[in-house]
Amino acid sequence: MSESPGHSAQDSIADRPVRADHRLIAEMVAPGSRVLDVGCGDGALLELLISEKTVDGRGVEISRDNVNACVARGLSVIQGDADQDLSGYPDKAFDYVVLSLTIQATRQPKVVLENLLRIGRRAIVSFPNFGHWKIRTALLFTGRMPRTPNLPETWFDSQDSHLCTIKDFSDLVTILDAEVEDAVAFNSRGQRLAIKNSLSLQNLLGEKAVFLLAPRDQR
Amino acid sequence: MSVRDNSIDLTARQQAQADAAARQVTEPQSLVVRFPASEPLRLDSGREIAPLTIAYQTYGTLNADKSNAILICHALTGDQHVANDHPVTGKGGWWATLVGPGKPVDTDRFFVICANILGGCMGSTGPASVNPATGRPYGVEFPVITIGDMVKAQARLVDYLGIDQLFSVIGGSMGGMQVLQWCARYKERVLTAMPIATAPWHTAQNIAFHEVGRQAVMADPDWQGGAYYGTNARPARGLAVARMAAHITYLSEKALQDKFGRGLQNRDQHSFSFDADFKIESYLRHQGSTFVDRFDANSYLYITRAMDYFDLEAEYGKLANAFTGTKTQFCVVSFTSDWLYPTRDNKEIVKALNGVAANVSFVEIESDKGHDAFLLDEEVFFATVRGFLNAAAKKRGIA
Repeated sequence: MSESPGHSAQDSIADRPVRADHRLIAEMVAPGSRVLDVGCGDGALLELLISEKTVDGRGVEISRDNVNACVARGLSVIQGDADQDLSGYPDKAFDYVVLSLTIQATRQPKVVLENLLRIGRRAIVSFPNFGHWKIRTALLFTGRMPRTPNLPETWFDSQDSHLCTIKDFSDLVTILDAEVEDAVAFNSRGQRLAIKNSLSLQNLLGEKAVFLLAPRDQR
Repeated sequence: MSVRDNSIDLTARQQAQADAAARQVTEPQSLVVRFPASEPLRLDSGREIAPLTIAYQTYGTLNADKSNAILICHALTGDQHVANDHPVTGKGGWWATLVGPGKPVDTDRFFVICANILGGCMGSTGPASVNPATGRPYGVEFPVITIGDMVKAQARLVDYLGIDQLFSVIGGSMGGMQVLQWCARYKERVLTAMPIATAPWHTAQNIAFHEVGRQAVMADPDWQGGAYYGTNARPARGLAVARMAAHITYLSEKALQDKFGRGLQNRDQHSFSFDADFKIESYLRHQGSTFVDRFDANSYLYITRAMDYFDLEAEYGKLANAFTGTKTQFCVVSFTSDWLYPTRDNKEIVKALNGVAANVSFVEIESDKGHDAFLLDEEVFFATVRGFLNAAAKKRGIA
């Protein structure tokens, strides 16, 4: 049998380094669970979870090319987006629903998060923290929308219409009456900050954050 | 000039081809399995068909543990000649770009089966077959069939071939409806499934177009109440009109406009007659007249009826119920410019599958070719099929 494109794609992704937030997310997921990755991109996190945590993984992804790449690697991925395609899933269909670095690009983050908490027994959400001190100082001193390695695009090119800080996100979690089971702030190198109990410090020093949430009725 | 001059006439060559097509009913140039009268096929309508003949083609080799069989389900006017030259028209197989050695459905690796559907006219039992009760062709005495009945007949063939579980069931358009029906009725027997450019039910618009086609056939005096077999006439003009109307639904508006626009056919000004002045008219007439050379008008009536009756939601109360407990791995594919079975309809399937936590992928392919895109050389579509099957084959341990 000749080497198929499917196999070569699989090899190339396995060689890539694991994204820092993916590593943190993987640590939060229990082995053998059912996981939906919303905005799964090229399927890197799904593959990590399947290979290391033997999860039953599914994905939703907006880009056709990415969906194709995922399907070609044997992943079960649906072309769709977080705003429109979560409503069809039944309640508690998954143990975890993951939204990694995507919520800031959704049209209705609150509705999306509500859906995550409805579909999943747990929701894992990672996002870039707009409260990081570099962003605060950039805005203060330049008077322009900050551009960082984390958020490199100009305001008019960026898909990120709903950027938020760790405190903002935390407020939304409170509004949705969900439980924060874990909240990790980390820097751009994926190093977890050793700050556990101060939201203000996490908000100042974390470049990104990962929240592990549970709907109240789960407890 | 008479109006007759502008309708579709058959040349002697076409008549010869039509005769060759008619011979396929009784002596198909393909593999055939005949189930005796003692093993009738019980239909959804409660009626029975016996004896039952299924004409089919296979490609590749069935492996020792019979785990590499793929069933291809053909569309309304397709047949079992997926990847070989057509015995009547001499043209290449209708999915020869997709199925073959080294192709996305790789016959070096998989054992591919395609059967002419029940009600067809390429060798499987249909309205042109002999009715054992009368000794004459069934005509409209043929029982009305459903997509479920077609699938039941295919299951007979799969049994006959000694295959318990199909590695995959793949089909576009009406073929996709059969795929869905397979997955609903024979859950254990389908490991993976690719419903392509299809729908879980026929909409009012789908039925409407079909009814126009049927009425065109039945309005042709040569139809003779369906009893035209053995007479010198057959409803070629009615069937050609049906095909013309249907063909429009297979193309996108953009594809029509880009290909034909308002272009004139072999002339530089309007003829002020009802000649085929426009390129699009000429094209449709050609589509109509070549179709009637290879297809039986009564088959067209019965198959379109079966599609109109198709409604998995009605059959199972709720669409998701059709797939409850399924372990099949699905890959649903739609095309952006398909307005016959648009992405919306295909997504209903995906939604229902998600509702029962099924293992499903969904890909919408960018194409401006309309519904026909699934039959054409669409690179991204091919990559999807290849990737999906390869990954599943690896999991299943198919070499």
